[in-house]
Amino acid sequence: MRTSKGARAGQYAALLAYLVFLAFPFLWLVSTAFKPPRELAGLRPTWIPEDPTLANFRQAFDEQPLLQAALNSLLAALCAALVAVVVATPAAYAMARHRTALARAASGWVVVSQAFPFVLLIIPLFLVLKNLRLIDSVPGLVMVYVVWALPFALWMLTGYVRAVPAELEEAAAVDGAGRLRILVSVTAPLLAPGIVATALFAFITAWNEFFFALVLLKTPEKQTLPVVLTHFIGAEGVADLGPLAAAAFLATLPSLAVFAIIQRRITGGMLAGAVKS
Amino acid sequence: MRRPPGRVPDPGRGPRRALDHGPWFLVLPALIPILVLSVGPLLHGILLAFTDAQSGRTGPTRWIGTLNFRDLLHDTLFWESFRIGLVWAVGVTVPQFLLALGLALLLAQDLKLRWLARALAIVPWAMPEVVVGIMWRLVYNPDAGVLNETLRDIGLGGDRDWLSGLATALPAVIVVGVWAGMPQTTVALLAGLQNTPRELHEAAAVDGAGAWRRFRTVTWPAIRPVALAVTALNLIWNFNSFALVYVLTSGGPGGRTRLPMLFAYEEAFRYGQFGYAAAMGCVMVAAVSVLLAVFLVGRLRGGDGT
Repeated sequence: MRTSKGARAGQYAALLAYLVFLAFPFLWLVSTAFKPPRELAGLRPTWIPEDPTLANFRQAFDEQPLLQAALNSLLAALCAALVAVVVATPAAYAMARHRTALARAASGWVVVSQAFPFVLLIIPLFLVLKNLRLIDSVPGLVMVYVVWALPFALWMLTGYVRAVPAELEEAAAVDGAGRLRILVSVTAPLLAPGIVATALFAFITAWNEFFFALVLLKTPEKQTLPVVLTHFIGAEGVADLGPLAAAAFLATLPSLAVFAIIQRRITGGMLAGAVKS
Repeated sequence: MRRPPGRVPDPGRGPRRALDHGPWFLVLPALIPILVLSVGPLLHGILLAFTDAQSGRTGPTRWIGTLNFRDLLHDTLFWESFRIGLVWAVGVTVPQFLLALGLALLLAQDLKLRWLARALAIVPWAMPEVVVGIMWRLVYNPDAGVLNETLRDIGLGGDRDWLSGLATALPAVIVVGVWAGMPQTTVALLAGLQNTPRELHEAAAVDGAGAWRRFRTVTWPAIRPVALAVTALNLIWNFNSFALVYVLTSGGPGGRTRLPMLFAYEEAFRYGQFGYAAAMGCVMVAAVSVLLAVFLVGRLRGGDGT
């Protein structure tokens, strides 16, 4: 399409403004993470540390059980992602292929469940998990995360299933394969990229999750990374900026890496679910 | 079941039946956890709102009818937080949508830096909300923050404590909310834009329609369903949000940024008032249901065939 030179310049200016808005807080975080205390306390904060140091990272690990927290997060997120996908794939398959009342109810629930204030869920869950002695434990948290990740997993996977032509399955049925057989040996391999994307997405959501972890995990050694990060902010809101920035920066890296890999698939899957269901 | 008379079993029938028997057993593994850990607790939570449930209570929990709701009606602090929740939700969603729409339209063009914009958009989206909060605390920091520093550099003061100022706290957290949610909205709108038939655009351009006319008659109708969906969901998510503001201000100063979720969280897990907090949750669900109804009606009206 033809665009005048003036309009082009305007477009680039807008794009540049957006890039700055998007990038500057993150660059500041990185910069702060590598600054020695002297520069942090300095009257003139600088963008690029004059004397970059890794001391903040060491201090962050000394102050809080970061490694343990990262392991807890990893465990919770891995389990949640795995269970969510195993449970959601057959359901998504059934929902995509059969427009039954059940499938409609399920996809309705997917939309509705996005609307709850979590406080209404967490109070009863807290009471139940307390009775089951699953408070302050990763398994209890995983249970909550699975259900929390399920609606989105169902949504994404339903979109992916629709993209697999049903004729392939019918052809396999003609050859006498049963439903489970078809699902496992015909549909699942074609779905594999979508399943992986969904699992990674569930992983990131659990890795990043804060509210349930805050309520359910009390002992510092059991807590996940986001909860432990908030301990760097003191009770009065006064924080040791360097270690805070260092720890926050580290906590972001896994999500960023995973997300960079699957970003295209996520948006595709989400939209397929959103627009077609 | 009786079959219609005279219908001869055709060759396609056998295999089709293999694909037709009920999908129940495929749905059950997902359905059971959802029922037990999501639908169940939700109903339980609604019931709790009608009780005097407290944490660490020794006696039995009693049914107290609508007492919690009557108390809530007179709880000016809660309604203040409800109002703040609405201001925050609208204050984040509207600019976020407008910026995201502008950006999506930009990224649909052939611009040189567009890959960088797309790559960078991952950052706010993938970041844990807690980290986003921490990051912006560093930006807003009165002494060592980049915002004050920049303002000093261009001679606009620069000694504000953004997150502790009564007047600046809410706008400051709203900016963070916009930043955090913009990429997701942009990507959704961008995908909607890709559904716009290009030929229509070109035909309209040939007919001499200006940019605004083309947007209104071609682009907007194509992205309307997506736009409606993301706006409704963003409003709901923002109204219910917690982590970002918890990390940024914990609801302060003086409750100026205390969103309803923060209020309910404190009520439940700091003061142990489970029943009362559940009643707050119910009021929030009611508020959100109105939005959801608008969304569903909009989707039913505009959704078919899209």
